[in-house]
Parts: sequence; C-alpha cells; structure tokens
Amino acid sequence: MRRRALLGAALLAAPALAQAAPKVVVIGGGFGGATAARALHRLGVAVTLVERDATYLSCPFSNAVIAGLREMEAQRFGYDGLRREGIAVVLQAARTVEARQVVLADGATLPFDRLVMAPGIALRPDAIPGLDTEVMPHAWRAGPQTLLLRRQLEAMEDGGLVVLSAPANPYRCPPGPYERASLIAHHLKTRKPRSKLILLDAKDTFSKQKLFEEAWAALYPGLLEWVPLSSGGKVVEVDAAARVVRTEFGEHQAAVANIIPPQSAGRIAQAAGLTDRSGWCPVDPVSFESRQRAGVHLIGDAIIAGAMPKSAFAANAQARVCAEAVAALLRGEAPAPPKLINTCYSLVEPGYGISIAGVYQPANGLLADVPGAGGVSALGAPAATRAAEAGYAEDWFRTVTADAFG
Amino acid sequence: MRICVGLSLLVALPAAAAPPPGASSCAGCHGGGGMPVLAGQPAEAIAGTMLAYKAGRGSPTVMDRIARGFTEEEIRAIAAWVSAPR
Ligand SMILES: Cc1cc2nc3c(=O)[nH]c(=O)nc-3n(C[C@H](O)[C@H](O)[C@H](O)COP(=O)(O)OP(=O)(O)OC[C@H]3O[C@@H](n4cnc5c(N)ncnc54)[C@H](O)[C@@H]3O)c2cc1C
Repeated sequence: MRRRALLGAALLAAPALAQAAPKVVVIGGGFGGATAARALHRLGVAVTLVERDATYLSCPFSNAVIAGLREMEAQRFGYDGLRREGIAVVLQAARTVEARQVVLADGATLPFDRLVMAPGIALRPDAIPGLDTEVMPHAWRAGPQTLLLRRQLEAMEDGGLVVLSAPANPYRCPPGPYERASLIAHHLKTRKPRSKLILLDAKDTFSKQKLFEEAWAALYPGLLEWVPLSSGGKVVEVDAAARVVRTEFGEHQAAVANIIPPQSAGRIAQAAGLTDRSGWCPVDPVSFESRQRAGVHLIGDAIIAGAMPKSAFAANAQARVCAEAVAALLRGEAPAPPKLINTCYSLVEPGYGISIAGVYQPANGLLADVPGAGGVSALGAPAATRAAEAGYAEDWFRTVTADAFG
Repeated sequence: MRICVGLSLLVALPAAAAPPPGASSCAGCHGGGGMPVLAGQPAEAIAGTMLAYKAGRGSPTVMDRIARGFTEEEIRAIAAWVSAPR
C-alpha cells in the first residue's frame, strides 16, 4: 500500500525533479493565494508567489470606505511579510499555464511540480448593454472603482436617487451588495436625508435577508427600497451617459448608479482551460485539484465550491486545506477528507453587525453543508449582540489579513 | 531511478502532524486579532467550551452554529491540535 503510494508519486514527479525539493507556484496573492503560499512555506515546500500588483487592496470593509466611514489606507496590504519569511514573490501577471510551467507577462517561465491558482474573479460588464464602468462603477474589486463610487456619492446633491444593482448567483460575496446598500443608506440618512436608494436585484431571495430587512425597517424606512427579480429587479440595459437604468418593468433616473455585473473566474483560469461552461472552475473538494487539469489546484472565488460562498474567509480556509493536500500529494500520500468553516459578517450601520456561518464537507463531488450546523444571527437580538458582532467583524479582519499577508 | 525521485520527495517534505478535519479553519479568526488565542490554552478547556456550545449552553454569537458541525470526537481532536503552541 505504502509502496504503491510511493510509486504513484514517483510517476507523477518529473525527472528534472530528482534530488530537488518539490516546487510549487501560486498564482494570485489575494486572501486565497497569499494564505496558501504561507501555509505551503510552513510545510517545507519551496514556493513562488506570482502576483500582478505590488499592493493588495482588500474588498472586505471596502463598503465602509465607499460610505466614508473608513479610509482606503486601512485596506492596503503588501508582500514584504511573505518575502521576509523566505517566500519568493514575483510581481508580474501570469500569462498562461503550460504543461509544467507558468509563463509570465515578460515571457519568463516558472517550472512547477504542482500549481495553486487563486486568481479571484473577472467582471463581465459586457453582460449589461450600455454599461460604462467609469461612469457607473461596480466597485466589486477594491481600488480606483471604490474611490470613484465614494466620490460620486460625496458629490451627489441631497435629494438624488442612488441605484444599486445586485447580480444573480453565483458571485463574489453573497451578502456584499446588501451590506453596501445599508452603509450607503447610512451615509444618505446622516448627510443627505432627502435622498433615496433603490436596490435592484436579479434574485428574489438573498443572504441574511431577514436580518437585513429587519435592520432596514428599523434604520432606513422610506430611504432604502429593495426591488426583487419578480418586481422588475433585473437590469436589462443602461444608458450610462444619461445615468438611466432600465429593468424589465421600467426605468430609473439615477444620480449615482452602482451596477455590479455578473462575474466569472479570473481570466487566467479561463486561459488555462480550467473553467467549465458556467465560467467557474470545477475542483475536487478534498484536494482542490482541477477536474480539468491534473497537477493544478484552485481555491477562492474562482472555484465551484458547492455550498461554500465566495468569501475571503472561505478562500483563507480553502488555502490551508489545499496546502495540506498539495504537501500530502508531493509526499505520495492521499489527502484526508477535510471539513471547512466559513463565517461572514456584514455591517448594516456602524456598530451593528450580523453574521452567517457554515461548516462544509465533501459530498457528491462538491462541498456540502454539514446538516444541523451553520445559519445566521438571531432575529430580534439586543443591540449589545449587534455591537459585539460588529466588533468581531473587525477582529476577524485584523486576524485574517495578518494570516494572509504576515 | 523513478523510485529514487519519489524517495527524494519524501525526504524533502517530512510529514508534520496534519490538522484534523476543520482545525485549520480556526486560524481565520483565532490568531491574535482580538478573539481568544487558542494556542497554549488547555485542550480540555477548549473542548469543554465547544461541547457546551454544541449542546446549546452558553451564549456565543457564532460558535454554537459552528460547533454543531462537528462530532464530539472531532471537537476533541480539533481542541488538541489548536491548543498546541505553534
Ligand atoms: C464589497 C465587498 C465586500 C466583501 N466583504 C467580505 C467580508 O466581509 N468577508 C469575507 O469573507 N469576504 C468578503 N468579500 C469577498 C472577498 O473579497 C473575496 O471572496 C476574496 O477576495 C476572494 O479571495 P481570492 O484569493 O479568491 O481572490 P482575490 O482576493 O481577488 O485575489 C486574487 C489575486 O490574484 C491576482 N491575479 C489575478 N490574475 C492574476 C494573474 N494572471 N497573474 C498574477 N496575479 C493575478 C489579483 O491581482 C489578486 O491579487 C467582499 C467582497 C466585496 C466585493
């Protein structure tokens, strides 16, 4: 048995590998990739991280930046911590993935025994006719878009209409649009009280819905209106120059429009042939190895994770499980079936936090909810509980960013 | 030759005690950012707290929802692993 496992590893290993420590390349230095690089390094693997940008800007808490409650500086992370630990960091875009090597933008190649990819998402603004994201920002990747939307809100006159649109499932951060609507509503309530926000939704139900609706009724009555799919929530086209948003049922004249378009796995995943017809990457739920390409593992927003949402918490948890699996496979062992946890906090106003949690395990080729576990914060909970959860959200952010970036 | 390659990989990567199912997720919150740090705490105390939450005792905000996803045996294994200083 043991002998056969060894032989398996030997057959997988390239001849060039003889005597050398196994090489793993990680593409993408976000919550998934940076965590994976550090976890692999701790496991004794020689790892090289390939990341396009020198600075990582965190999406978690970026809704607070949009609402003027937080500065972009607090979202900024870099790779010096990884370098100090001895992880090789290559600041370049990966262009393609060949049989056993990654080709970088400048044409250089990085050989690997196994590859881990955490490229995040690609946005598909072309799916909404007329959309110009420089006029109607998505702000669904933290950066200039985040600040553009913030400036538009700051410049808007009191009495203006803010239109926000949420995409159909699946997409990055299921509760994110509703947290954003809440915090923009807080901004309007405190600074531009004659204004209004309409949240157009391409779905009829959403994450933490009852908790958000409870909070909206208490905090933002008459200010925040949610329009579900069945009431005309789906955006069919926009006129960016005129700031008009058209739905199946009518049109809205916006002062500020924040259109969050449909998404798919990051482009490099498509280029490497790792996506299926859904635009996302099917993986084995034990090893996170691609179902379409042996030796390549994927984690984070890019994957089809079954019940597990596309969150930074999930990407971080998947990264550690994937690192263990990669190390086991390099030793010629089979990775053990994992369990994974997710917890996502949302703010509905400063000091008012709500959460959703889940525990997941491999089942039927996907990650499935462990029955009886998980769920959302209690409805009608006292203000002290909401305040505690708002504090835990910040604790989580400090911990997870330190875990990913050192 | 090929077997040698396998052996060299084995030598290069000594197996550390792998985390039991679920244990590696804990570090997402419990790492020194404000929530209780688990490394260095008695495993018995961590397991006792988790088992109480699983049974519906105490008033955590989220750990009850998470504890219900694990058996008693899994909880004890997780507690032993996360309590080890590393
Ligand atoms: C508004 C908002 C709020 C959110 N709030 C929360 C929250 O409170 N909690 C939570 O858990 N999650 C939250 N999320 C979700 C979270 O941001 C994502 O789930 C998380 O970032 C996914 O991590 P990832 O590593 O898969 O991808 P990313 O974090 O997107 O990282 C991908 C990295 O890969 C790099 N990259 C891509 N292609 C290449 C290439 N070809 N070559 C080199 N590098 C490349 C990118 O530059 C990037 O650094 C939120 C998201 C949004 C939009």
